[in-house]
Amino acid sequence: MRATNPRPRWNPYLSGIALGLVLFSTFFVSGHGLGVTGATTSMTAVSVASLVPHAFGPHDYLAAYARAGLNSWIVWEVVGVVIGALAGSLIGRRFGAQIDGPPQVRSYGRLGLAALGGAASGFGARMAMGCTSGMGLSGSAPLAAAGFLFLIGFFAAGVGFGTLFKPLWKRRSLS
Amino acid sequence: MMIPWSGLILGLLFGLILEGAGFGDPGCLTAQLRFTNWAVFKVMFTAIVVSGILLYASRALGLIHLSDIFVPSVYFWGTLLGGVGVGIGMAVGGYCPGTSAVAMASGRLDGLVFLLGIGGGTLAFNGVYPAIKSWVYAQTGPNALTVPQLLHVSPWVVLVALTAILVAISWLVDHRGKRPTTGAMSALVSAPVNSIQPEH
Repeated sequence: MRATNPRPRWNPYLSGIALGLVLFSTFFVSGHGLGVTGATTSMTAVSVASLVPHAFGPHDYLAAYARAGLNSWIVWEVVGVVIGALAGSLIGRRFGAQIDGPPQVRSYGRLGLAALGGAASGFGARMAMGCTSGMGLSGSAPLAAAGFLFLIGFFAAGVGFGTLFKPLWKRRSLS
Repeated sequence: MMIPWSGLILGLLFGLILEGAGFGDPGCLTAQLRFTNWAVFKVMFTAIVVSGILLYASRALGLIHLSDIFVPSVYFWGTLLGGVGVGIGMAVGGYCPGTSAVAMASGRLDGLVFLLGIGGGTLAFNGVYPAIKSWVYAQTGPNALTVPQLLHVSPWVVLVALTAILVAISWLVDHRGKRPTTGAMSALVSAPVNSIQPEH
């Protein structure tokens, strides 16, 4: 069910200024920027380790994440992201239980694409040691070369594959 | 249990802004990759420029030292190919990690599935990590290399250049399709700057 009568989205420049202020505040308070996959990596490691004891040997990439547990700054930050997005979508009347995505793909196909895309994203974020937030945004703000290198790879591949997937985003005809 | 309140509060603001900007919507996010909507570029680039200026101004005023904040180092292949992976993920799945969390929180089941996919990709990385770590995590250049260091210029040159790029591209995309000769009336009734263009 899509939201009915949603309030308009925010102006992108004002959103960008607000995001820049929050990002700067995060650097000022914590010494690092905003991130997301630090938390998803912790959650993956801890949940797999609790389901499958001894899943990770001492030399596994995820072993340290599994040992560290979930009570970290980044996990609480992502909990905050979820609360903030839920509150914003409710206040903005944009909340809607739905399967969203390209109009030319039906529900199961769409969920398959979401899972595949998520896997590429999760793998890529570990290679880069950060995602669009943790490396692209929080790396580029202090003008780190790594942040911009990440964004170059992100947009080049995104535009290439985005062009490939363009037909899926054609509007369905009403007939 | 000690809750890091700064994380919870700053994350809440982060989620509120991403949702407000429309970044829980896979159509809005991937439209940037097809160049039919420029909100992703505008929001991200504005945020980078604003926080960059504030960070370097704070450093100039002696409020912070760059060595006290986390500046990632370049691991050329890991950083570049990691960006490629996240870019493919957005084109195929409609999100990046943060925006999939926003999508899930605003009611989208595909956002939750994307997050589960991230878990799968993370486990796949764990599986191949011993075989690839030597070249993926091979550092290029000095620790915490910045663009001003790389180009041997002042950070303010880079910040001014980024601001100029932001203003120029924003002006171009906000004014495309508007004929300069059509006068004030058509400018008043023309589509709002932020509207999503129909795709055919």
